[in-house]
Amino acid sequence: MRVVGQGEMHVEVFEADIAIVGAGGAGLRAAIAAAETDPVLKIALISKVYPMRSHTVAAEGGSAGVVQAHDSLDHHFNDTVGGGDWLCEQDVVEYFVAQCTEEMVQLEHWGCPWSRKPDGHINVRAFGGMKIERTWFAADKTGFHMLHTLFQTSIKYPSIQRFDEFFCVDLVVEDGRVQGVVVLETATGQFTLIKAKSVIIATGGAGRVFRENTNGGIVTGDGMAMAYRHGVPLRDMEFVQYHPTCMPGTGLLFTEACRGEGGLLLNKDGYRYLQDYGLGPAEDKPRNKAMELGPRDRLSQAFWYEQQKGRTIEGPHGSVVHLDLRHLGEAYLRERLPQIYELAEEFLGVDPAHTPIPVRPAVHYTMGGILVDGNCAAPLAGLYAAGECSSVGIHGANRLGSNSLAELCVFGKVAGIEAAKFAKAVAPGNTASLLKKAADSQRQAEQLVTRSNGTERIATLRKEMAQTMEDGCGIYRLGDTMQATCNKIDELKQRFKNVNVEDKSSVWNTDWLLAIELGYQLDVAQAMAYSAINRKESRGAHQRLDGFEARDDVNFLKHSQAHYAGDGAPRIDYGEVKITKSRPGTRAYGAAGEKAEQERKQASHV
Amino acid sequence: MELQARRQNRKESRPAMSEIEKTIPIEVLRYRPEQDTEPVLQTFQVPFTDDMSVLQGLQYIKDYLDGSLSFRWSCRMAICGSCGMMVNGKPSLSCKTFLRDYYPGGLRIEALAHFPIERDLVIVMDDFIEKLESIKPYIIPKTPRALSEGEYLQTPEERDVYEQFSSCINCMLCYAACPQYGLNSKFVGPGIMALLHRYNMDSRDGGTEQRMELVHSEDGVFNCTAVGYCSEVCPKHVDPANAVNINKTESAKDYFLRFVAPKGAAK
Repeated sequence: MRVVGQGEMHVEVFEADIAIVGAGGAGLRAAIAAAETDPVLKIALISKVYPMRSHTVAAEGGSAGVVQAHDSLDHHFNDTVGGGDWLCEQDVVEYFVAQCTEEMVQLEHWGCPWSRKPDGHINVRAFGGMKIERTWFAADKTGFHMLHTLFQTSIKYPSIQRFDEFFCVDLVVEDGRVQGVVVLETATGQFTLIKAKSVIIATGGAGRVFRENTNGGIVTGDGMAMAYRHGVPLRDMEFVQYHPTCMPGTGLLFTEACRGEGGLLLNKDGYRYLQDYGLGPAEDKPRNKAMELGPRDRLSQAFWYEQQKGRTIEGPHGSVVHLDLRHLGEAYLRERLPQIYELAEEFLGVDPAHTPIPVRPAVHYTMGGILVDGNCAAPLAGLYAAGECSSVGIHGANRLGSNSLAELCVFGKVAGIEAAKFAKAVAPGNTASLLKKAADSQRQAEQLVTRSNGTERIATLRKEMAQTMEDGCGIYRLGDTMQATCNKIDELKQRFKNVNVEDKSSVWNTDWLLAIELGYQLDVAQAMAYSAINRKESRGAHQRLDGFEARDDVNFLKHSQAHYAGDGAPRIDYGEVKITKSRPGTRAYGAAGEKAEQERKQASHV
Repeated sequence: MELQARRQNRKESRPAMSEIEKTIPIEVLRYRPEQDTEPVLQTFQVPFTDDMSVLQGLQYIKDYLDGSLSFRWSCRMAICGSCGMMVNGKPSLSCKTFLRDYYPGGLRIEALAHFPIERDLVIVMDDFIEKLESIKPYIIPKTPRALSEGEYLQTPEERDVYEQFSSCINCMLCYAACPQYGLNSKFVGPGIMALLHRYNMDSRDGGTEQRMELVHSEDGVFNCTAVGYCSEVCPKHVDPANAVNINKTESAKDYFLRFVAPKGAAK
């Protein structure tokens, strides 16, 4: 057996112009944009899984883009900024909403099987927190179809060279700029230095640091941690989205489109409890931005209160409420929500045309991420980020459903174009000295395996991390439990130094990869927990019950920025929020929201 | 504190340990190329609850019994296509196959049939990817259109014609089911035929002619002996057998037409 870390150090070299880490929606869109910018540029597209396995595949409900005559970019802007509790970069949101529709059309031209109206135009559906229907959808498999469309389209471009099932272990930074990445080939255990003049990180979110979540196993915050370790701040990490309708136990997602199509949420008495939480009136079909079509943070919070009041239903995996789709009928459900239908039948033994689906909130999305500007550029020269791993500033304190798929396209494209520009403007780095850095990264990665006296089990550390994150950084948060979580993550980081990788072999050593991922996760979790405890207010997905129940625009209309500090606790500081045309106001939904909007309108006409 | 009381409650509401002490034997085909000369079976006793998938059983083994077991997985909800494997000889997605259906006798898990084993339950899938890349799996526009002109019009009926074939998650269960692919891996195979058909049938596409060259070749559709097991194991109802058969007819038509129509003989 060829044991990891024995034998000579040997790092292969691949010369690229642009390296893209992650081949989900954002990475693929970036690769295509870069290839179209200049076909001479050599693009290395690196992914720890085959592109079509990326977690974009699991997105269900749809992707935003204004199309209806009575809708407007301003409406999309206002929904997004208000939905984000005014913690959005408004100039970036303005750009975003203006680009969404063209990107959706681009996907259509590339073959995405969008659902259609009888006249052949694409159809849109209602979504939570969105004033007008503007969510493009492909049944309830929108992410799947977008990902496969992008992957298959990317095959057209010969300048995109894929590194499928290559695991990224480090960025290579020299002379103050990123100059490549170090990757580990899963099939062989061999390391390669991918030299690049610019690097795009598109590795997705970090939801797996929580216990009950909707995310795939691969969603471990790799790119966030790599950038963070090289001094790039992680912004707004305390904002973690709980999706209100998930499968108890596994956390698997029942899309918001269930409610967009008319699904209702009921407590144990069959009562539409959302009307008790400022989301009413309870009409038969919820109007937009009301009741079941409220934003995710508010719905998850309402669940929590129902549980407190003892009005939820007890199940084998904790309390649940009912997602009732029965009135929509089997034929309609099979057309609009076929995957949801199958998930309910196969995983829960529930026929949603006849029985309500038991659901509870689970962690779904990381609003924060790698700090980048509107051009997707990080503060480290040559580094770009796009998609869930990044914080470009459009989601603020709470993301609206269907904005993230649009984000992949809009900012994937921006990152591709900008990284191409940068690559053309700089000279290639010095291979010999970059190789030296790569060898260091290799040694560090191999040390996890070669160290022989480890006693800590990977799964144990991972489970303790996920539990403490749920305890301290859940839907509602308290100072003392957040402190306990910070302490626990600090402790786990220490124990991680003693982790035991049982598998010593080179070929497909997933035990090793899990250990590297756990290291990434602990760093990201620490950034989340410390960012959370330092935000002494309630905003969007960050809700406190210990004297900081209100939003505090005087002190906290600011982005948190977590800076990596090695073994120590991250240093947290704050950045300004860009306000262009929407002054922070009361965030209200339902009838109260309509009233607030009227008042804002009148005020602006004065 | 309210919050702590709630947590206490939640913990108590989980199944008692005695309930999850049921165990099931899972036999796994192991192959570690650096230490095994050939694949060997290894049995694990795995505690389980009735809602656990086969994938969760494997995860239990990896987490607590043997960290060296390797397998692919990600989404857990039958859409990423990673976790295809043989369960009691049948190509299955392990995430939507449930342990309860094999209790108490147990089950045997092996790597997907007809592919080389890389390690344990991980197969080498280069052949599938190369085939996917070879068929031009993208729109070759019939009528080019600028973004400013908006979307192509496509009625729901036109969409329905190809939608089913666009639902393939590339899990390769159909290849493990296909006896012809088992005999001759040059055969383009069911999943990729379905994908090719998906683009050919798309009202926006004009690339059929370019793609049909592959179908006519000796590794194309005529390899299929119409067993239909591919469609039976497909977890997404893509019905690749149907795609293959439609193309057999199309291919035969084209073959005949090229003697009478000049365009068909262009190649």
